[in-house]
Amino acid sequence: MALPQNKIVRWIDHRLPVFTFLDHELYQYPTPKNLNYWWNFGSLAGIVLTIMIVTGIFLAMQYTPHVDYAFDSVERIMRDVNYGWLVRYIHMNGGSFFFVLVYIHLFRGLYYGSYKAPRELLWILGVVILLLMMATAFMGYVLPWGQMSFWGATVITNLFSAIPGIGNDIVTWLWGGFAVSNPTLNRFYALHYLLPFVIVAVVGLHLVALHQHGSNNPLGIDHKGPQDSIPFHPYYTIKDMFGLGVFLIVFALFVFYFPNLLADPANYIPANPLQTPAEIVPEWYFLPFYAILRSIPSKLLGVCATVGSIMVLFIVPWLDTSKVRSAYFRPVFKWVFWLLVFDCIVLGWVGAHRPEGWFVIIGRIATFYYFLHFLILLPVIGWFEQPLPLPPSISSPVLNKGGRRPAAPSARRKP
Amino acid sequence: MAESAQSHTGGAHAQEGTRRDFLVIAANALMGVGAACAAWPLINSMNPARDVLAAGAPVDIDISSLQPGQQILVLWRSRPVFIVNRNPDELKQLQTSQDTSLLRDPNSDELQQPPYAKNWHRSLKPQFLVLVGICTHLGCIPEFTPQPGGALGADWLGGYFCPCHGSRYDLSGRVYSGVPAPYNMPVPPYRFVNDTTIRIGENPPDSSWDFGSIVQI
Repeated sequence: MALPQNKIVRWIDHRLPVFTFLDHELYQYPTPKNLNYWWNFGSLAGIVLTIMIVTGIFLAMQYTPHVDYAFDSVERIMRDVNYGWLVRYIHMNGGSFFFVLVYIHLFRGLYYGSYKAPRELLWILGVVILLLMMATAFMGYVLPWGQMSFWGATVITNLFSAIPGIGNDIVTWLWGGFAVSNPTLNRFYALHYLLPFVIVAVVGLHLVALHQHGSNNPLGIDHKGPQDSIPFHPYYTIKDMFGLGVFLIVFALFVFYFPNLLADPANYIPANPLQTPAEIVPEWYFLPFYAILRSIPSKLLGVCATVGSIMVLFIVPWLDTSKVRSAYFRPVFKWVFWLLVFDCIVLGWVGAHRPEGWFVIIGRIATFYYFLHFLILLPVIGWFEQPLPLPPSISSPVLNKGGRRPAAPSARRKP
Repeated sequence: MAESAQSHTGGAHAQEGTRRDFLVIAANALMGVGAACAAWPLINSMNPARDVLAAGAPVDIDISSLQPGQQILVLWRSRPVFIVNRNPDELKQLQTSQDTSLLRDPNSDELQQPPYAKNWHRSLKPQFLVLVGICTHLGCIPEFTPQPGGALGADWLGGYFCPCHGSRYDLSGRVYSGVPAPYNMPVPPYRFVNDTTIRIGENPPDSSWDFGSIVQI
């Protein structure tokens, strides 16, 4: 597409090439023509990040970060502020849905091998975003200063006390006092406001890395020429918009009809530093990690395993030894992938229950399998697995399926 | 400039390192030190402020109405502190092998108490127990469950049970083996001002123990 011939546009673009940039990255941007709906979740997560920042800024205008006023200021937002209930419910459920989208996005990457060369840094930046999201979500959950806020903050900050030697000093430093208290709430508020903008910056880098080599695709093979791609606009803008519409229907269902389904009722009790709730359960998106923490009977090793369960994602590009990206052509990996999905769901289920009886045993098996998948199965399967023949190009399977052309000779790629 | 460019490419000089290399390394190192110095006030500003520390001054607790078998919960440095008046049966229980053989650290070898509480009753006077009521696992408040048996099983001897992750302690705050908590519950510095008043946060006159030296809160 040529740029608009408007003189002002051309004058600006000659000095500050924003229009050329947008044209290049959002309009012309050549995108594989075979992307399926699993490729919607990245842009959806970006839209939800925007929603979170916008609603968060308006909530910040009404919220008071002080142990004596925080809980009441949130209740005031719910009862007295015009549409405060709506803004808060969007923000609260938006956090959960952000994790839903990002987890799907992450598993999409694992299934289609989107982390393989030359997209290793793209993947690593994604894991950095996940870590930042976890920190932001955790600190945001502390702000309403309910029972779960207080005790969740106590348990999570105490994870650092497992560090030998300097653990206690680090925890005191994190708290700014002798326990989770007003200084803690204040700094969590400051950081909860800051980190989303850091996430935006890392998302920017994530997009730069993405656009360097373009999107991966369901076949996981490289783009061979212009016949394999279509411009981003209008083909994928419209597909993303349709996906957004479907997402917003589900999201609205939660915001308007089940706003507290994903929340813990104990967080509507003001924080009481002298009364531990009968059971401390994190938000659902932390449950698998919580299950790993509780499965290991040693405190230090439990913390190491929990941190390691995320850190292992950083080295996935080098743990997977198969040269074939997409699980579509990997008969063994395909099954192992679904086992991992099942394993994570089991971990989440175990994390929601007290560590007693069978839950301990199931939790330990599931924790063991989680690490087995990444550290053993991923490298070993790559060595012995015989992948299916790869199609010669992105276009050929589509055209063959239509029966309009004789079958193209398919190349077998060596693993 | 031409000379230094030559010396960069020259084999013998490059190995020794030139005057310019030295200056660049020294300048960068000094910049690193400067950056660390500039960051330190910011990092240290997050440590407990003076008013927070001042609010952590010793507190006096009147225990004249604390009956045998009772526990009271008080606050010291925004932390819960348990004060228990243990009855003779409970004290006898603490010395049986039925109890001590199941403990992770029965002799309080880990530094989780002042030297004057490193004994079987982990206190100054056997009868009165003073503990920082925080589970050494992840910071929940363990429940005072002195009655043997009950919901915690027939072999439960009485003690503390943490509802968060199931850690168990005996009536001296000593942790049992096989639970997530790694250490005994900490004993704070304290002394008896008189027979019925405990001052928490201050050592007896003959001790200068620092609470910050314990292994873990």
